[in-house]
Amino acid sequence: MKLPQAGFIPRDREWQPDALTPPYKTSLKRSPQSALLSFPSTVSEETGPVFGHDILGPLDNDLIHNYAAEGASAIGPRIIVHGKVLDELRRPVPNALIEVWQANAGGRYRHKNEGYLAALDPNFGGCGRMITREDGSYSFRTVQPGPYPWPNGMNDWRPAHIHFSVFGQSFAQRLITQMYFEGDPHIALCPIVGTLKSPEAVSALTALLDMNATVPMDARAYRFDIVLRGRRQTYFENRPEGT
Amino acid sequence: MAQHLDYLKESPSQTAGPYVHIGCTPNFTGIEIYDSDLGASLKRGPVKGQEITVSGTVFDGTGTPLRDAMIEIWQADAAGIYPSPNGSHDPDFLGWGRSAGNMETGEFTFETVKPGGVPNPDGRIQAPHITFWIVARGINIGLQTRMYFADEKEANQGDPILTRIEHQNRIPTLLAIAEAPGQYRFNIHLQGADETIFFDI
Repeated sequence: MKLPQAGFIPRDREWQPDALTPPYKTSLKRSPQSALLSFPSTVSEETGPVFGHDILGPLDNDLIHNYAAEGASAIGPRIIVHGKVLDELRRPVPNALIEVWQANAGGRYRHKNEGYLAALDPNFGGCGRMITREDGSYSFRTVQPGPYPWPNGMNDWRPAHIHFSVFGQSFAQRLITQMYFEGDPHIALCPIVGTLKSPEAVSALTALLDMNATVPMDARAYRFDIVLRGRRQTYFENRPEGT
Repeated sequence: MAQHLDYLKESPSQTAGPYVHIGCTPNFTGIEIYDSDLGASLKRGPVKGQEITVSGTVFDGTGTPLRDAMIEIWQADAAGIYPSPNGSHDPDFLGWGRSAGNMETGEFTFETVKPGGVPNPDGRIQAPHITFWIVARGINIGLQTRMYFADEKEANQGDPILTRIEHQNRIPTLLAIAEAPGQYRFNIHLQGADETIFFDI
């Protein structure tokens, strides 16, 4: 029997990063100071845009080739990133749009505001997208991004990372996060990773090398699962007395 | 000891960073891999209801406009119905929009339709509103708020959410002002005396 769905489980603000995190300096003037207004989700949050597979081009999830000249490919360690999108109740989230963006293998983004001296790769754009399958799974192919310096402290470097933007089935599930790579020593040093409140939260964003998903003699693989907010189910129907 | 509740934890959020536009509006940054940027238009064709323009700027705590933000909106159609697969909404209205803001000024603009009121779980009607979601460098977790319409006074006075806000003097931070017929302005202040009310829903 399919039970009717009720409102969303509240976001755990003790687990999620705070808005104000002084070691990440930009947060100082971009963090609201007042308490958030909390209330149970309504239809405005329990609905959301739906994206069909028809928006996708054949190379959208292949960052090695989607910006490359004919016959060329991006430079860097070839990897496959794959995983599942689940909700907090362990249910797969199908048809979720995932958009990813990243620096190239040298740590350089293709952006006019980017000032790092590492070389641009003419065959690497740095973005891709995909929609999860019925079992919530997704995968894309890319090159492993490099770490890079950024203006915060005098010598802060970002660990290698891939940005993820995820839509679930409702706007309440909207999430942007970053994936890090197992074993990167910059993870422990980064003020943005430092906005996470616990080692468990850092682990939740750290992808593991997955030798079982590699393509031998071609690409290594990393596994990165994503969890979106879950919706409660109503087991009992409540009706005010007398109705 | 007791049994273990085997819920998963939501993936922690991380800032969208300074290059969110590469991933979400790549055509805007000059990376032309996709046909067009998603969310560039809320309409597929002429839509039912009053067509409106919503413009605004996101300001930081010093009053400086953000020029590296990404703003998304989600709203019902003119009849108060959210688009959904096989739904009864206006078929030419998508309900969702995304803006990188103007490259020089940071101002965002959405060409949309004035939404109708939508039902509240308790059966009352919520005043017409548009949900906003703002991400940028320096924002660790996406900020959610709602835009209501200053010219919907009666509906706003009966709105189940607006009426439960403790500091009623902050409600103007949620109200879009009509600068001309159909032209609304909705500025968002991350901090300061005019700090927008942000939601946790």
